[in-house]
Amino acid sequence: MTDMTQTAPPRGQSFEHDLEKSDRTVAAFERTKRGPLGTIQHGLHGNPTLVPVIVLGLSIAAFGLIAGGKFFSAFNLTLIMQQVSIIGILAAAQSLIILTAGIDLSVAAIMVLMSVIAGNLAVYMGVPAPVALLVAFAGGTGAGLMNGFLVTKVKLPPFITTLGTWSIFYALNLWLSGAQSIRSQDIDKAAPLLKFFGNTIAIGNARVTYGSILMIVVFLALWFLLNKTAWGRHVYAVGDDKEAAELAGIRTDRTLLSVYGLAGLVCAIAAWASIGRVGSISPQAYYEANLHSITAVVIGGISLFGGRGSILGALFGALIVGVFQSGLRLADVDVLWQVFAIGWLIIIAVAIDQWIRKVSA
Amino acid sequence: MKRDPILTARGLVKRYGRVTALDNCDFDLYPGEILAVIGDNGAGKSSLIKAISGAVQADEGEIRLEGRPVSFRSPLEAQDAGISTVYQTLALSPALSIVDNMFVGRELRKPGPLGTWLRMLDKPAMRAFAREKLNDLGLMTIQDIDQAVETLSGGQRQGVAVARAAAFGSKVIIMDEPTAALGVKESRQVLNLILDLKAKGLPIILISHNMPHVFEVADRVHVHRLGKRLCTIDPKKHTMSDAVAYMTGAKQPDDVNEAA
Repeated sequence: MTDMTQTAPPRGQSFEHDLEKSDRTVAAFERTKRGPLGTIQHGLHGNPTLVPVIVLGLSIAAFGLIAGGKFFSAFNLTLIMQQVSIIGILAAAQSLIILTAGIDLSVAAIMVLMSVIAGNLAVYMGVPAPVALLVAFAGGTGAGLMNGFLVTKVKLPPFITTLGTWSIFYALNLWLSGAQSIRSQDIDKAAPLLKFFGNTIAIGNARVTYGSILMIVVFLALWFLLNKTAWGRHVYAVGDDKEAAELAGIRTDRTLLSVYGLAGLVCAIAAWASIGRVGSISPQAYYEANLHSITAVVIGGISLFGGRGSILGALFGALIVGVFQSGLRLADVDVLWQVFAIGWLIIIAVAIDQWIRKVSA
Repeated sequence: MKRDPILTARGLVKRYGRVTALDNCDFDLYPGEILAVIGDNGAGKSSLIKAISGAVQADEGEIRLEGRPVSFRSPLEAQDAGISTVYQTLALSPALSIVDNMFVGRELRKPGPLGTWLRMLDKPAMRAFAREKLNDLGLMTIQDIDQAVETLSGGQRQGVAVARAAAFGSKVIIMDEPTAALGVKESRQVLNLILDLKAKGLPIILISHNMPHVFEVADRVHVHRLGKRLCTIDPKKHTMSDAVAYMTGAKQPDDVNEAA
């Protein structure tokens, strides 16, 4: 309080005069004693990424014990990175959308469509590979902006918008490719640059592909944007409470549009990486990858209700899925139990998210 | 008294379809005063405030700030011109920190290439500024300025929203039902906050249904009825029942502008 209030006569109604004797601090932040569970809940509320980090550490330790040296080898750990790299990059794009309280069912369709466009241009039409890739990047951004336009201007729910564009992009992809794959040796001959991210750096038994490194670079770049720039804070604010963000002075539609455009660009980057990962360009590949990207995001502790979670969580989420698949495979467990385990992971992750959100001071 | 009003509106009209929310409405705010705006539900108080704060655009009419005509296409433009609004919903993002909320839309960037090229935020400067502004309002007991707004109590959140409104060189602060969701003690804290802002020389527009609160803090009361200003009254010369009678149409005022 300023001096003025202390010298002024008592303000207010008679029933309020007793308040003069009460605590006059406007915003006191009392430290109440919390139980151990409450302390954990608060810790997780401040750092939602702790959950996937702990789960990742525990699952690596557990599968190390079960499957032994086979699992813990440098070869296997780098193989896991390589296996999750495409889903990981798609999960980065998916995280952007989910942070705005949306969902994007079309990420994988954009990726496959852009790999087909880049492949057709570079392999069949003699366009220089860098130009073909630039066209794919522009196309991915455009596809994302189309989703964004439908969400912000036509005001369709993101789920419906991307359910529709998923089919549209998939059909375009079948039409452009004639449902035919572009063979690996044709790409090698005409445009080896397209397979750039299939290259590996070998350190001992470790096989780190450029694609794995790209995944990490994409996550770090997006983490920087989301946490260190005003744009990133606006993305969180829009996802948290769009109306409040609008009133606070954020141009929410513009922010959303930029998020969808950037997500589309990231999908196009995933397209380039996927050509290196698979070797060929198949219009039928990655049909379910959009759902896998959502799985990684959810296991990574990013709230489906928007505005909460760190994008790095999605990286850990993708790695957790990879570790489970690899560990269960090496332990000779039937593949159906991998699917079973992933299902439980999703449910547990969302349950934990709900519990953390109930935190109060 | 012959002062020039800091904020005026003349002949504002706002239609929503066939509903006329503002019907040739006038409005005056003088420097350093607390002007309460009262009116029945549906009288057009919110439309008036939204038109002034840039949340909606009036179909007709003119708004002048310090004598200059202004027109705002968004709340951000009104804020830049010096009209800040504390909304009933507070317009805070619950999961973001106190600092992030205070700076939403007005973030500070690091000097040099980190700010210009990488657009990096200057978080230490933002923290220092936020702490200073909260101190100014007597909200200095906030220990962790990075804590999420959703972990604060109702009065504390109101404090953060008010600090945000007052922090950025505001000329006018609009407060929409600031005590509606609060208990007795927290209401008192917010009313004291309003009087402190006034003591700093900031004129305040207070929209409230709470007659005791209005009559306690307001210098003048603008009674809104059927989309326009019915009268402005001096709360010291009228009773609360008079005010309620005017705004519900039970009684006609003798002098429409006695307090202006």
